[in-house]
Amino acid sequence: MIPEEQLSRRGVLTKLGILFNGVVAALLGVPIVGFILSAVTRGRGAGYNSWVTLGAASDFPVGETRLASFRNPYVGPTDGKTADTACWVRHIEGDRFQVFAVNCAHLGCPVRWFPQSGLFLCPCHGGAYYRDGSRAAGPPERGMFEYPYKLENGRVLIQAGELPTPGAASAKLGCGGCGKSSPCA
Amino acid sequence: MIWRIGKWFDRRLQLAAPVREAVEHPVPRNTASWWYIFGSAALTVLILQFVTGILLALTYVPSAAEAWNSLQGLNQEVTLGWFIRALHGWGSNFMVAIVLIHMIQVFLFGAFKYPRELTWVVGVFLLLMTLGMAFTGQVLRFDQDAYWGLGIGASIASRTPVLGPAAVRLMLGGPIIGGATLSRFFAMHVFVIPGALIAFVGLHLLMVLKLGINEWPMPGRIVRKATYDSEYHELTRTDGAPFFPYAVWKDLFFSAVILAAIALCAAFFGPFGPTGQPDPTIIQTVPKPDFFFLWLYALLALLPPSMETPALLIGPVIVIGLLIALPFLAGEGEKSWRRRPIAVLSIVLIAVALRTFTNLAEYSPWSPEMTAWSGEPIPEKILHGRTALERQGAVVFQEKQCHNCHALESKGGQRGPALDTVAARLTKDQLIRQVLQGRGNMPAYGNSLNPAETTALVAFLQVLHNPGQAPALDASRAVQPTP
Repeated sequence: MIPEEQLSRRGVLTKLGILFNGVVAALLGVPIVGFILSAVTRGRGAGYNSWVTLGAASDFPVGETRLASFRNPYVGPTDGKTADTACWVRHIEGDRFQVFAVNCAHLGCPVRWFPQSGLFLCPCHGGAYYRDGSRAAGPPERGMFEYPYKLENGRVLIQAGELPTPGAASAKLGCGGCGKSSPCA
Repeated sequence: MIWRIGKWFDRRLQLAAPVREAVEHPVPRNTASWWYIFGSAALTVLILQFVTGILLALTYVPSAAEAWNSLQGLNQEVTLGWFIRALHGWGSNFMVAIVLIHMIQVFLFGAFKYPRELTWVVGVFLLLMTLGMAFTGQVLRFDQDAYWGLGIGASIASRTPVLGPAAVRLMLGGPIIGGATLSRFFAMHVFVIPGALIAFVGLHLLMVLKLGINEWPMPGRIVRKATYDSEYHELTRTDGAPFFPYAVWKDLFFSAVILAAIALCAAFFGPFGPTGQPDPTIIQTVPKPDFFFLWLYALLALLPPSMETPALLIGPVIVIGLLIALPFLAGEGEKSWRRRPIAVLSIVLIAVALRTFTNLAEYSPWSPEMTAWSGEPIPEKILHGRTALERQGAVVFQEKQCHNCHALESKGGQRGPALDTVAARLTKDQLIRQVLQGRGNMPAYGNSLNPAETTALVAFLQVLHNPGQAPALDASRAVQPTP
């Protein structure tokens, strides 16, 4: 009788011990998961995006498309050069601009502008876009990523901060030439 | 004396007996073959990778601002740093190759069948970890290829339905490819995956010891769950030999050959990269993945757009699922590849497909030749004796970068068809339409060409046919009287 009673008492204590560990693990798990997901959760709400300047509007001649760069608004202490981001600025006329991400809408490689033929060409898988960012040829399923822009005191500002990717393109990003049926830009 | 020290330790560790039992366990005599050496070679290279990896970590700085410089330091300043980098890089390539060969051998010899199903499944995870190490290692070589390779990875991850945006941020550790990204790939490459590798290699080896090495497959000797264990036991009893020293010498010899080959490659060909600085504002770059991922690079260029996302997201699940399911679908039956034609054909088909895609990726015909318009002149022969208009068209051809996608006499881009005989395929009207409106993979040039340029360009294109070859005719013209 006695051994059995001991066994059951020990059994209960063992189960309590497991339960106690489970509770502590769950409590510890909350900050651990919170830490792991911090990169995701931090982007909620206001998000990573904010307005950054690309320089004076007069730096971008009318009718031309030029490469500009900006420092990402959200910079980590070890980011170094990687926080510098390039973008293509097209000055259409007057106050009308288009600012494209260099990242191809296919898989993110850096597209290059060829003013002579009026095309953006991607070196990776052969994606091509017209001067207004609309898809011309190749594997991309859409036009180039377009940053929202505004002019303030003669400077061009864009809303940026997150790597543009095809599926996850932040809702603020536009799509060059999207909704246009004619391929002739 | 040494014997007494050994005795002292073993009194406390009590490892001598189990170790002796392990190394002297009987193996079927015919498995002491040159076909059974790839597993041990993979283990040898893994150890080399651990040693050289730790040596590199003595100097490498996993910071997006410093990593590239620290690699330059390893290449240029640290004594023999280049050689350790080269050993690690070449070791990685050999590792992937040997693991793949090992897997093919195991598959063709039916070694995944009962009772070694779990050994195979663990092996599938070891393959995935090996590829994971190769990819994360490529990221740690934090150069332009690594930077844009991460961009491609993020773009693929972003296509996951619903979870895409979260997956990208989780992968990058923030909104952009930066310091946090490199740090987490460093943690994966140095702690997480190697830790899992050690555990899984341990399991893999334990099962090889417990279940015995797969006997040489004989056509007609069928695996049945009910009888296999006693048959194998009988085989090792009647025709067995101790692994050590009967079979081990071949493993030892081959491991040494592989190590020597890696060292020779490292010494002669040197380390891989780093290529240009990971500065995203330098966009004059043609990012390409390392050799073992080139086939994927080609696949991404060649898949129809509508199939791409499903193939990227569902394809790996199907492939890994099939690999894991294999021993459960075909756990019994014939082992010998001589009686398994579908197995052999599958291997041949996969090998040919991967090799073809890799080969294509090496010269990527789908990418425009970015410098052909300024660096690749039109062959003199084509220009000889042409009218002023046709020569003006040749200038337009170069100036509007047609040459970037279209080859003349095999020079220039291969994105579009070569134009050496285009006049024999398309009539004047068709040429004008194609140039102005584009079609298929060709953009429309209507907005980039004025009428004079178009006239000249088409005049030039019309001379492009073989001598004596008739130009393309609009068949309707023949039946319709010209006004």
